[in-house]
Amino acid sequence: MNQQIIISGLGGQGILFLTKLLAQAAMDSGNDVITSETHGMAMRGGTVVSHVKIGSFLSPLIRTGQADMGFFLTAGSFEIHRAFLREGAPAVINTPRTDGPFAIDAAAIAREAGARMATNLVLLGFAVKRDLPFCTVSIMREAIGRLSPSRHRQMNIEGFERGLNYEGGAS
Amino acid sequence: MDCIENRILMGNEAIGRGLVEAGCTLATSYPGTPASEVLESVVAFARETGAPVHTEWSVNEKVAYEVALANSYAGKRSSVAMKQVGLNVASDPFMRSAYLGVVGGLVVVVADDPGPHSSQTEQDSRFFSLFAHIPVFDPSTPAEAKDMVERAFSLSEEYELPVMLRPTTRVCHARQNVICRAPRRLSRKASFEKNPARWVATPRYLTKLHGLLNEKVEAIARDKSFLPTRIAGDGSFARRCIIASGVAYANVHDLLREMGVLGRIDCYKVNLPYPLNRDFIETIDQQYDTVMVFEETYPTIECQLAARGVRGRRTKDVPNCGELTPDIIDEVLRKFLGLSPTAKTEPAAPGVRPTLCPGCPHRAAFFAIRETFPDGIFPSDIGCYTLGMNFGAVDTCHCMGACISQGAGFYHAYSADGGAFPTVVVTIGDSTFFHAGIPALVNAVFSGARIIVVILDNGTTAMTGSQPTPQVGIRADGSRGRRVFIADLVSASGVSFLRRCDPYDMETFRHHLIEADGYIRSNDGGVAVIIAEHPCILDRDSMKNQTFYEMTVEDSCVGCRICINTFECPGLVFDEGTKKAVIADGVCIGCGVCSTACPVGAISADSRSESI
Ligand code: SF4
Ligand code: SF4
Repeated sequence: MNQQIIISGLGGQGILFLTKLLAQAAMDSGNDVITSETHGMAMRGGTVVSHVKIGSFLSPLIRTGQADMGFFLTAGSFEIHRAFLREGAPAVINTPRTDGPFAIDAAAIAREAGARMATNLVLLGFAVKRDLPFCTVSIMREAIGRLSPSRHRQMNIEGFERGLNYEGGAS
Repeated sequence: MDCIENRILMGNEAIGRGLVEAGCTLATSYPGTPASEVLESVVAFARETGAPVHTEWSVNEKVAYEVALANSYAGKRSSVAMKQVGLNVASDPFMRSAYLGVVGGLVVVVADDPGPHSSQTEQDSRFFSLFAHIPVFDPSTPAEAKDMVERAFSLSEEYELPVMLRPTTRVCHARQNVICRAPRRLSRKASFEKNPARWVATPRYLTKLHGLLNEKVEAIARDKSFLPTRIAGDGSFARRCIIASGVAYANVHDLLREMGVLGRIDCYKVNLPYPLNRDFIETIDQQYDTVMVFEETYPTIECQLAARGVRGRRTKDVPNCGELTPDIIDEVLRKFLGLSPTAKTEPAAPGVRPTLCPGCPHRAAFFAIRETFPDGIFPSDIGCYTLGMNFGAVDTCHCMGACISQGAGFYHAYSADGGAFPTVVVTIGDSTFFHAGIPALVNAVFSGARIIVVILDNGTTAMTGSQPTPQVGIRADGSRGRRVFIADLVSASGVSFLRRCDPYDMETFRHHLIEADGYIRSNDGGVAVIIAEHPCILDRDSMKNQTFYEMTVEDSCVGCRICINTFECPGLVFDEGTKKAVIADGVCIGCGVCSTACPVGAISADSRSESI
């Protein structure tokens, strides 16, 4: 199984955590995985991007036009990093304007659930339910339980479940 | 008991894990992206496995290097980790340690930053290792970086030489499934054998030691176990080959496979770029007409190859600066292999520039400095506060601690012309002050500079992940240490004007700035120091004591955008409909400071008890 995933957003939106979850879930489903992430100055509210490569890759970087899917934590990040996607690859976008096939107002859903910081998990749940990333719901649920710091665990699980159960949008 | 476990580790965690597994008993570091997590991981894995390791955040890389060096003299395995520019600071002990050598293995982890993503240069530490005659490993992936730690220790002990492990950002911050084992227990007792001819090595011994060093390097270069590995071609590309190391190799590998050329052209992977294996140099010279070398960031391997057909960064067949991203390598490879180029896609657009966090105490300090001295000169330094550039309150940023000396230099330049000199306000973070600010302050005081030094003391090394400074009193492993106070150091440096205040209280802070300006211009004036004290807002514990406010922008807002463009807090956004500023819910932390930044007093603050 080979899959290349791009995750883009702003520093502080939980891009790193999504990256870790996907990596853990990849290993738990019996795959090799290598990822790349942004650290340092850019994490102070600047644009950050993670690459996740599942399968027999050595390099942690995805070439332009090669990603099989993408998570975008803001509509602006989609504009910036869409070039990584291969043609027709699904782009899961957090945006108040839910007009694309995989566009979802994840921030609003997270806020409603009282899990404002779990916008990233709503997005993840939404994508996993639609079979976009490689892994199953149960493997991801377990990864979230394992990797969440205890004070955020409940909130993260809540966010993920809300994303799973979201009915809107085409699929 | 050898319990083997597959875990997802970041490159730096894999290196930290490797150090603990190899029986390293002392690990030092100074934080710097992309190297910071190495020491943190040593602490975590030592705790998890119960392995006895002394860990420390030293005040700078030179100190860190010297502490590790002596642990190795005593016969124990030691390591020091830093970012590439940290090696500039540690270069003095580094260079000499090649001549004198070590006893217990010494692994010097130097993380390079091609690009650069978070550094002041994209220098190649492998070049530094060549300069020092110290062998260097160049890992391609986290898993490999971990394996190389043990190889580096054995090489170091076999030849009694320090050995460098040089990961780059893309290895440090990659995550991969990595095999973990139980740590080795070497149980060596400290035993330093006195030998003045070696450990004191006055000039008359050094020519001999230099000769000995050359012999060691020669022997390593002939060691067959460091022959580059090869994926053999099938003859389709006769007398042509590819040589790569580090992440560039990983990219080449994935790209060749994508192109369907993996296994059709000879492709060599170099693990030890210096000293480059002698037989390998000969093979390349004899068996190939054209050779393409991919490496980051300088042509270290390329320069050691003798063959005429060698191409790479030196010949500009590969761009001679910048990171070798898959897109760049793809283009070069296709041209080299005679394949049609990939259809050009528009590259990723430039992103949003970083800014100080909402509620960051530095913002208040910079805003006040800029307002008080519109014609000032503002040397600054390295840390989150370099972002003061966005406020026009940072005019220079050079290398750790340079701001104070540069401030003094500016003063001397202007004062030599006679007449009024501009107010020079230097800003330096607390950790940077400990690192390299103290000698610079002593020098500025003694040489008669008249400048204002603002020490931005937020109680942490925030930029690199909040490592504590000596003033905080918490050591790398969480234990308590004797606190060393910045104010005491400032006084002891001969500074007689010293004020301390919370920059959130902008009125008082401005008042101190004006007072300091008076002092530096007075008859017996000199260096004035103001310590701006407010904890980093990422420090959860300190935040418990902070008062938070419910913020509202009133109708009296005139839409001047000063709070957004000049004060630049992400907690405020402009509503194009009403043409007024509004508080961004969920971004604003309610620090209350913007109420003093608004010129018409349109931002009001109501205290509330809890933080968000
Ligand atoms: S809130 Fe104050 S500073 Fe901000 S735009 Fe309105 S008037 Fe200007
Ligand atoms: S109170 Fe004002 S300065 Fe503080 S975080 Fe909120 S918007 Fe920013």
